[in-house]
Amino acid sequence: MKVSEQWLRELVNPKLDIEDIAEKLTFAGVELDGIEPVASDFSKVVVGQITEIEQHPDADRLKVCQVSLGDESIQIVTNVASVAVGQKVPVATVGARLPEPDGTIFKIKKSKLRGVLSQGMFCGAETLGIDDETDGLLAIPDNAELGVDLRDAIDLSDKVLDLDITPNRADCLSIIGVAREVGVLTDTDVAQLDVPKVSAVCSDTFPVDIEAPDACKRYAGRIINKVDTKTATPDWMKTKLQRAGIRSLGVVVDITNYVLLELGQPMHAFDLDKLQTGITVRMANSGERLELLDGNTVDLKSDSLVIADANGAVALAGIMGGLATSVTDDTQSIFLESAYFEPVAIAGKARSYGLHTDSSHRFERGVSPDLQVRAIQRASQLIVDICGGESAEIVDVINDDQLLVRSPIHLREKRVERVLGITIPSSKIEMILQRLGCEITATNEGWSVIPPVFRFDMSIEVDLIEELARINGYDQIPAKLRDMKPLVVQSSEADVKLDVFHKVLTSLGYQEVVSYSFVDEKIEQLLSPELEATKLANPISAELSVMRTTLWSGLLKTVSYNLKRQQSRVRVFETGLTFIKTAEGLLQRKKISGAITGTKNDAQWSQQARQVDFFDIKGDVEALLAEVVGRQFEFEIEAHTALHPGQSAKIVYDNETVGWVGALHPNLEKELNLGQVIYLFELDIEALSQRQIPAYEKVSAYPAVQRDLALLVEENISYADIGRVIKKSEIVQLVDYYLFDMYAGEGIPEGKKSLALSLIFQDVSRTLEEKEITTSTNTLVTLLEQQAGAVLR
Amino acid sequence: MQELEQLIADVQLKIADTTSLSDLDQVRVEYLGKKGLLTAQLKQLGKLPAEDRREAGQSINKAKQQVNAEIELRKQVLDAEALNIRLEQERVDVTLPGRRLAAGGLHPVTRAIKRIELIFVQLGFDVAEGPEIEDDFHNFTALNIPEHHPARAMHDTFYFDDGSLLRTHTSPVQVRVMEEKEAPLRIIAPGRVYRCDSDITHTPMFHQVEGLMVDEDVSFADLKGILEAFFKAFFEVDDLPTRFRNSFFPFTEPSAETDIQCVQCQGKGCKVCSHTGWLEVMGCGMVHPNVLEMANIDSEKYTGFAFGFGVERLAMLRYGIDDLRIFFDNDLKFLRQFN
Repeated sequence: MKVSEQWLRELVNPKLDIEDIAEKLTFAGVELDGIEPVASDFSKVVVGQITEIEQHPDADRLKVCQVSLGDESIQIVTNVASVAVGQKVPVATVGARLPEPDGTIFKIKKSKLRGVLSQGMFCGAETLGIDDETDGLLAIPDNAELGVDLRDAIDLSDKVLDLDITPNRADCLSIIGVAREVGVLTDTDVAQLDVPKVSAVCSDTFPVDIEAPDACKRYAGRIINKVDTKTATPDWMKTKLQRAGIRSLGVVVDITNYVLLELGQPMHAFDLDKLQTGITVRMANSGERLELLDGNTVDLKSDSLVIADANGAVALAGIMGGLATSVTDDTQSIFLESAYFEPVAIAGKARSYGLHTDSSHRFERGVSPDLQVRAIQRASQLIVDICGGESAEIVDVINDDQLLVRSPIHLREKRVERVLGITIPSSKIEMILQRLGCEITATNEGWSVIPPVFRFDMSIEVDLIEELARINGYDQIPAKLRDMKPLVVQSSEADVKLDVFHKVLTSLGYQEVVSYSFVDEKIEQLLSPELEATKLANPISAELSVMRTTLWSGLLKTVSYNLKRQQSRVRVFETGLTFIKTAEGLLQRKKISGAITGTKNDAQWSQQARQVDFFDIKGDVEALLAEVVGRQFEFEIEAHTALHPGQSAKIVYDNETVGWVGALHPNLEKELNLGQVIYLFELDIEALSQRQIPAYEKVSAYPAVQRDLALLVEENISYADIGRVIKKSEIVQLVDYYLFDMYAGEGIPEGKKSLALSLIFQDVSRTLEEKEITTSTNTLVTLLEQQAGAVLR
Repeated sequence: MQELEQLIADVQLKIADTTSLSDLDQVRVEYLGKKGLLTAQLKQLGKLPAEDRREAGQSINKAKQQVNAEIELRKQVLDAEALNIRLEQERVDVTLPGRRLAAGGLHPVTRAIKRIELIFVQLGFDVAEGPEIEDDFHNFTALNIPEHHPARAMHDTFYFDDGSLLRTHTSPVQVRVMEEKEAPLRIIAPGRVYRCDSDITHTPMFHQVEGLMVDEDVSFADLKGILEAFFKAFFEVDDLPTRFRNSFFPFTEPSAETDIQCVQCQGKGCKVCSHTGWLEVMGCGMVHPNVLEMANIDSEKYTGFAFGFGVERLAMLRYGIDDLRIFFDNDLKFLRQFN
């Protein structure tokens, strides 16, 4: 809300700089966005009058003007087409300094334009830093004296406060409201606006019928006949409107807008001759349409309150009037509307039509129900004074006898202290409440408080406590660091915290990234074609339109971004939610995922550079899983849409899929224009969240014995197949085994491979005998022969 | 006897001539071995007259000892030389880089959140989490923001067709905690939040930390105490002025905006604080009784405070980052600066 300092000071004038007033407002909850002077800090701009105009001899678009500055006359060459003899104009004379918006200063010098002397420049509003949308030169009142400084001719010393009014403070959406607030904060009296009653001079009435009494609790109206709607809006009013950011649109609309700004009551003026029979306030009928003042025709929704006449809707109540019944230059008689609509009846309605107006903004937040007749009085006074006219009686329909009655709120002195943590003396509490316009009565525990009718935000005790806090000053409340009893935090030694995985991955060279949770639907489709993506109804763009079902989309985008920026080695990971639609509903699962590409290590003088492969990323996954001590994770051979079919493993725990690891499918690599092989993993964090608490086992004091086996197996026998045979063998003393070589090629028959295994035997209670070890090894070899077709080499 | 002296003189020369342990060993074998020259002398003792044998034997043994000692001496010299050569051969340029896997690091947002969590945990708070796709009830209604409340328009919400939405703040987590747990409560809830807004100073996703404390005797003074302690700890400034301005949030009453003195210019005024000397960093207030009641907490018995702030904002101030959008570009050259 833009508030002119001068207008504000007409109503309340504390002996404080405007900056200090603004700071008080800001601390009390009416935040200042900025203070702007109404004009820039220009100099040597005076009032001139054009006495003679000639065409420039050598330029079609330039005119040579003789300009009187009172005592002297100067010549100005201009390209302004609209200049006229006799016109009063702002003239930047030689030596004038005109600040530009970028901070530089434009200096006026004597010059020649196409050979003709020019001793200055005419100024438009923009040149002078004045916020005015009208084109051409700045208008100067006819009575301005020639040669005087422009600042003296038209008052440009005003400043405009841009206030950010929060939704609870509808009472501050008017000059009177802001003045009232300033009065309270500075303890200054506020001038009472004198609104003389315009008495009825004619007996015309226009019936008003409220069919929606819950939504419209009060409707005041008045006919004014013989209004000259062609009258020009007075300059003082235009200036005030303009400084509030409202364009002049014709005298009647300007007056209703003025009253809106001054009192906070939105009003509407109908052309009486275009209304039929009478006013009905009702909900819109289905199929009803209305052409609004902005020229758009809307299909009215049945939950919308409308103002109607016998022919149908004539206005969208509290939002915008209809075009057909609006005031025009030909209007003779008007019907003024000043109503009270319940905030809930208006809230969200303007938005549902894609509208937001000064009127809807106020009604949604709450217009005081005691303003309607006063606003009509004020508007009629201004209309009659400015445009002439004959006013009829005011019609004032109130259909809620409790409308102006506020329920008392019980305020307990102890509660004030408990909520704020300070004691405010009761005398001060009373003073603050009274200054705010509350009626108070003392009670045993505190006070019974009746808030002013315009304060929609005061309805319960804590609302009053907030008022006390902000008027007394938040700075008066001490900062107290209390002694807190420890809360028993539910944390088990078995919990594996995300920190653990962060440490593993960062020490493995991974960089954490944070990417958007919404991704490109196309990429999502490529990665998880089998899943139905959760689509945003109102995405920012197509690239950010569906919720990710895997973190791979963001990681691949990150990899691509960095590969394009001279980073050929990328190791990244991310943790976050994925969003998967299932028959049981939407699953929001936390995942940890990684992507690697490029060389295994940074270039190093002593190491041969090597590109990462599947077993590098699998090793990283194993490092993560190793933190989850006690859980047996299996890597199963299984294809995944996004992965290379020959380099893709499903990670399984307790028969549940908990993750995937593999190389990005070459088709996707091509599709996403990556240009190099990317390896990916993704794990469900919940599956990794619980480890075994360490449990002691006796350490064997007897030597371990190693036996190596070289086995020849079919190429399609996996290492996991061998592992299963070994596990099933249940040889107790076989405590460990590992693969130390794998070979295929020369010396090995086609279609076969050689696996070299080390077996480790140990017993906890004795040294094993050679014979036992040989027997165990032979047993195992036989099992491997039978179950995996292995042949000892 | 002359012969023996000659032998000693010969062997001394030979020992001195050796350049390696194996040469030296050859010399030892040549003179002291089973078939060695000195050993041979012993064997010839029998040919001497009996009365001479004793003396000659002693001389030969003495000569053997002398030779042995000289070989040992030479061995030490050769050992030392050999070690010197080996050490020289094994010399490396220790200024060459070591062999290692360069460590990665955490995203600055994660880094900041961890720090924030640590401070609040030390202040006695627990960490809570909640879903990012929320229902209207938890994101708005339960926070005293009924349908069509003007405050909703301030949130630029992302919606889904079924009416669910992306949470616009981390405040729904406080609702969920109050629903699930009994007072007293002290939690913070860090996480991603979403607003349908994208320009130089807004990204459609960012991070917030919500804080909630509910107990029998919590006041605005406690709120100020906790927040001041937090800011001082986070920015590591012992004397960091803060100020509280009245504001409006439907879920707190009284509500406040919190400013801290600009940490870049110490309040002198700079570009970061738009020359005001102050930075707006947080919204907070006393939990609205309606919010407590909706979560079935007796608002007569319990009071509480809540606060919420943007993580990127604090990270930018802490690390001197001047562009919000860079957080989500995930440029490795940017991310590595926080390792």
